[in-house]
Amino acid sequence: MDETQGIEIVDVRYDYGAKPALADVSMALRPGRFTALLGPNGAGKTTLVSLLSALFVPQGGRISVFGIDLAKNPLSALAVMGIVFQQQTLDLDLSVRQNMAYFAALHGLAGHRAGQRIDTCLTRLGLAARQTEKVRALNGGHRRRLEIARSLLHAPRFLLLDEPTVGLDVPARADLVAHVHALCREDGLTVLWATHLVDEVEADDDLVVLHEGSVRAQGAVSAVLASSGAQDVLGAFQLLTKPAPAEAAP
Amino acid sequence: MTRPAGIYLTCLWGVLWREALRFVHQRERFIAALVRPLIWLLIFAAGFRSILGVSIQPPYATYVTYETYIVPGLIAMIQLFNGMQSSLAMVYDREMGSMRILLTAPLPRWYLLASKLIAGTAVSLLQVYAFLIVADLVLVDLPPLGYLAVLPVLLLTGLMLGALGMLLSSTIRQLENFAGIMNFVIFPMFFLSSALYPLWRMQESSDFIYRICIANPFTYAVESLRFALYLEAESASLGVVAGALIVFFGLAVWGYDPRKGLTYRRGKG
Repeated sequence: MDETQGIEIVDVRYDYGAKPALADVSMALRPGRFTALLGPNGAGKTTLVSLLSALFVPQGGRISVFGIDLAKNPLSALAVMGIVFQQQTLDLDLSVRQNMAYFAALHGLAGHRAGQRIDTCLTRLGLAARQTEKVRALNGGHRRRLEIARSLLHAPRFLLLDEPTVGLDVPARADLVAHVHALCREDGLTVLWATHLVDEVEADDDLVVLHEGSVRAQGAVSAVLASSGAQDVLGAFQLLTKPAPAEAAP
Repeated sequence: MTRPAGIYLTCLWGVLWREALRFVHQRERFIAALVRPLIWLLIFAAGFRSILGVSIQPPYATYVTYETYIVPGLIAMIQLFNGMQSSLAMVYDREMGSMRILLTAPLPRWYLLASKLIAGTAVSLLQVYAFLIVADLVLVDLPPLGYLAVLPVLLLTGLMLGALGMLLSSTIRQLENFAGIMNFVIFPMFFLSSALYPLWRMQESSDFIYRICIANPFTYAVESLRFALYLEAESASLGVVAGALIVFFGLAVWGYDPRKGLTYRRGKG
């Protein structure tokens, strides 16, 4: 693994039958940076996350994670990835700690080492006091925090989150966004945060705008604003995802 | 990439442990798994005892009561239902998303699915032995060593029926479609086998149905268990069960292969 290489997505294509979802998508995520993947519903964000997490296999193009070719060596790539899916993936009838322990086992962590990592990650996400509670008893914000804590158990270097704030209220959303930005800053994690909410993008993030299966803009937020001529991220998003004139006609 | 053996064992242990925890939390599932065969044993078999005599045939050295005859079939029924229950849980996990956590673990997919299969089979063993204890209390007469001798065969039949459930789960798109499984898989497999009646009797009644019965892998699971309970190994049946396990599991792994795109076709965002 060469962490300086970041994440490379080159000419990736994926279709659902006759319906194209991603058409020759290319992007490069800089190592240690928070990249917001911004796109409206149906843009192809979840498909891209499924490809990055090896649940799907691209029908064209290639993906490499810190220099590891995902198609040739998916297990090595998955070992350095932490993933938070759009759908919640917790066992509601197990406790917070049991959910963590199950995930630790899937990543080969056991015994004292697993216990230490669980303690560290739960403390980091402010859930240590609730570790014996069943997940069913947690609110949406805490469940999401738990999923993030779980995704960090095996000390990944690339954190992939697919619309993690769906269903959360405004304070919980802001709290989660701040937490993940802090992880990126303090631990040097490379983060890809897929969202359709422009207020989750911060001024010093990197930004990729995805629309109808293709990349409309990418770069630092300031560069995307400059190239699109917009004043802010919302303006850039609206400009870049504006329907073509033929589509806009009634 | 070669990964240390310890990682594989830790993963297997984690999947087993989670399945056990879920089983403990779902007491109703255990009770239902126990009550179903007991109804067959205590009511159905009692009612049919005087109508359906079972003559001397291997592995029985003498005439046996109908209750005794149907015990292997009921054991296989427990495992068949457990396999389908695991299949239902996998469809549910896939709909709810938690299957993704398993499938994105950094271990080969076939191994992750095998771990899941072994965990489901381990749960079925608990159910089977609880049933055998109750069956013993109601005077079903089995050789004491048969309880031990049947264990490896239970593992094999449990894995085969679990693999069938896993294969079905890879093809079912929605939870709602699962009801069809009951009608088109569980009941035909159970009734078109030697679970409730010896096959020679079935042949006397209908040669066509008899032929279906001998093509049914469940028949061989029942016969493997029947012979094992009497400390005999029926190698032909064991071979068919092992072959069916390989085919069902191979197809299930194929069904969950991301290149087939069968399991997650729901990209939204």
